[in-house]
Amino acid sequence: MSDLPKPEDFAPKTYRPGSTDWMDVPAEIRKGIACYAGNPKSLEAVGLPNPRTWSCFDEDWQLPENWQQIIHEGFKERLEKFRSFKVFMDICVRCGACADKCHFFIGTGDPKNMPVLRAELIRSVYRNDFTKVGKILGRLGGARPMTIDVLKEWWSYLFQCTECRRCSVFCPYGIDTAEITMMGRELLNLLGLNIDWIATPVANCNRTGNHLGIQPHAFKDMLDFFVDDIEEITGIHVDPQYNKVGADILFITPSGDVFADPGTYTCMGYLLLFHFLKEKYGLDVTWSTYASEGGNFGSFTSHEMMKRLNAKMYREAQRLGVKWIIGGECGHMWRVITQYMDTMNGPADFMETPVNPITGTRFEHAKSTKMIHITEFTADLIKHGKLDLDPGRNDNLRVTFHDSCNPSRGMGLLEEPRYVIKNVCNEFYDMPANTIREQTFCCGSGSGLNAGEDMELRMAGGMPRANAVKYVHEKHDVNTLATICAIDRAALPDLMSYWVPEVEVYGVHEMVGNALIMPNEQERTTDLRGEPLPGMEEADE
Amino acid sequence: MNLDKLLESKKTTIVDKWFNSVIQTYAPDAAQFFKNQKDQFHNPVGTAARKSLDAVFSGLMAGLDPARLEPELDPLIRIRAVQDFSPSRAVSFLFDLKDILRSSLKKELPKENLEAQLLAFERKIDQVGLLGFEIYTRCREKILELKVSTERNKIYRAFSRAGLIAEVLEDDQDLEAS
Repeated sequence: MSDLPKPEDFAPKTYRPGSTDWMDVPAEIRKGIACYAGNPKSLEAVGLPNPRTWSCFDEDWQLPENWQQIIHEGFKERLEKFRSFKVFMDICVRCGACADKCHFFIGTGDPKNMPVLRAELIRSVYRNDFTKVGKILGRLGGARPMTIDVLKEWWSYLFQCTECRRCSVFCPYGIDTAEITMMGRELLNLLGLNIDWIATPVANCNRTGNHLGIQPHAFKDMLDFFVDDIEEITGIHVDPQYNKVGADILFITPSGDVFADPGTYTCMGYLLLFHFLKEKYGLDVTWSTYASEGGNFGSFTSHEMMKRLNAKMYREAQRLGVKWIIGGECGHMWRVITQYMDTMNGPADFMETPVNPITGTRFEHAKSTKMIHITEFTADLIKHGKLDLDPGRNDNLRVTFHDSCNPSRGMGLLEEPRYVIKNVCNEFYDMPANTIREQTFCCGSGSGLNAGEDMELRMAGGMPRANAVKYVHEKHDVNTLATICAIDRAALPDLMSYWVPEVEVYGVHEMVGNALIMPNEQERTTDLRGEPLPGMEEADE
Repeated sequence: MNLDKLLESKKTTIVDKWFNSVIQTYAPDAAQFFKNQKDQFHNPVGTAARKSLDAVFSGLMAGLDPARLEPELDPLIRIRAVQDFSPSRAVSFLFDLKDILRSSLKKELPKENLEAQLLAFERKIDQVGLLGFEIYTRCREKILELKVSTERNKIYRAFSRAGLIAEVLEDDQDLEAS
């Protein structure tokens, strides 16, 4: 028997990574996790620097000759301008509380996706360029000079962060690691290093008002189509108003709700709700074909671009002369509104503090931004008994709720969506406590990473989320993942398709639309997707 | 002595060693986390690895057809198919079980004359290895499908339903002629 070859002679050798110091592990930019570079035409359209055709997979990134100087000066300018950035660079004691909280680390197992280490990629250059200790001690003091390899490492890992802020929840010093990523991305943008799923939406939002570059007439055509569909399902002809000067309220939602499934069904829910409120209470809401995007792709680019795109919504509100704004089920729009709008473009004094004319509720927290979330608005209506609802129409849905990162951690919107869901559905099951609310796991595709070419990264990063969905699917037979973010509605169907294919993704207002009993409606046999309502399977045939 | 009984008595040690061998394919910092964090929602990779390896080994010991161990093996391969592994690295851990068995049974093998039984067991491990390749390939095909269809389909479907896409119809002879 001793002549027998040993098993290890046949089997492939198992790879065992070594324990090399992180500074000596070069970043590997590989297909499946990296996104394509921004289209130079998109960069040119909004005046972003150094537009050219390049690829992150090439050796030569065609950087300007003085790129190190540009980064150094850009870094210096931002340290002086943003006190928070300076503080975040200085105060981390590397306690490790954040280290295992990032969905990308949990999913990929790549240590540079530990938030502390991702930030350290930038801090090491900060120490080298801006601190005495770093200058004297060099690598011993955790400092290193900016080189082309460091730059590539920045690019790779700053685009493996969805700016979801889960890590910051656990930081005892309150460091917002997402803001470090935001600053890092700003610096990269000074060299024209952006990804196309951000750069082109930015250019489109700037010119046509939404990320797909859909022009006003097509925007209206799509809504007209929803109007026809709603009429077929409910017998009610809803009549949305567009660009109405002097309307009471402007409604702005992510364009994904208008142009991409399954957000389109959420959009039909909004249309039904506003029509119901118009008929019953005379609510005067207008859509805008110009401010036709809630999402702010500028926030993934630079603070200037964020301000520029956010300003469009407010200029449109000013032009139309509305009293206040309702925002739809969006993610990063709300982060920008809640955390940055006030100091960028606010206060919006030309409008009034939002007061729900139907219930009298005054939304004090929005007295500066003049903008409230549609689930706040709907929850208020339900609480005051102003909606006629038949939750039984959603009885085929066994629902769980994904707290989208920006509304939950960025604005603290935790109860309202759940309150709405529980009033329009009979079967609701929350996921485990350490995966929801402030501790929610990201979809893995936020902050512009919702592209196709980085699908492995998205699936790995979204795995902790999917794992919790799988748990409630197996335990409670959950078949519906509700969410209040358009990126989620675009990203989570892919994530579910890979990890939990039995679960479908819904917007909250799609379920509101199903449950809402419209005045004089015909007996409905299908939901907004055209699927038979519970108990109506035969009628549909 | 019967190999099955021997494996049964050493099961915990063997599965632990197998788990460690999988975990060591990750960088040391990650390996430590995957190994020590016990919360299944905080640590889905470590949890899935433990569960899969235990279930596959139990299945093999119970004499199940290795080709039927797919539900047990799928969760772990599905994870490794989207992580930074080449195809061979993603599934090579399955063959590590052979090394682990031989080293765990070092003393008993010659004494108990178990070589033939072990060889038969190793053939089953090979079959699980092949199953691993199948699951891995299916996962990668799914990823490719998602890459191709993702945004295009969602937007296309919505526009198409709305009748806003003008497609060339079959009877559009003029276009073909021109």
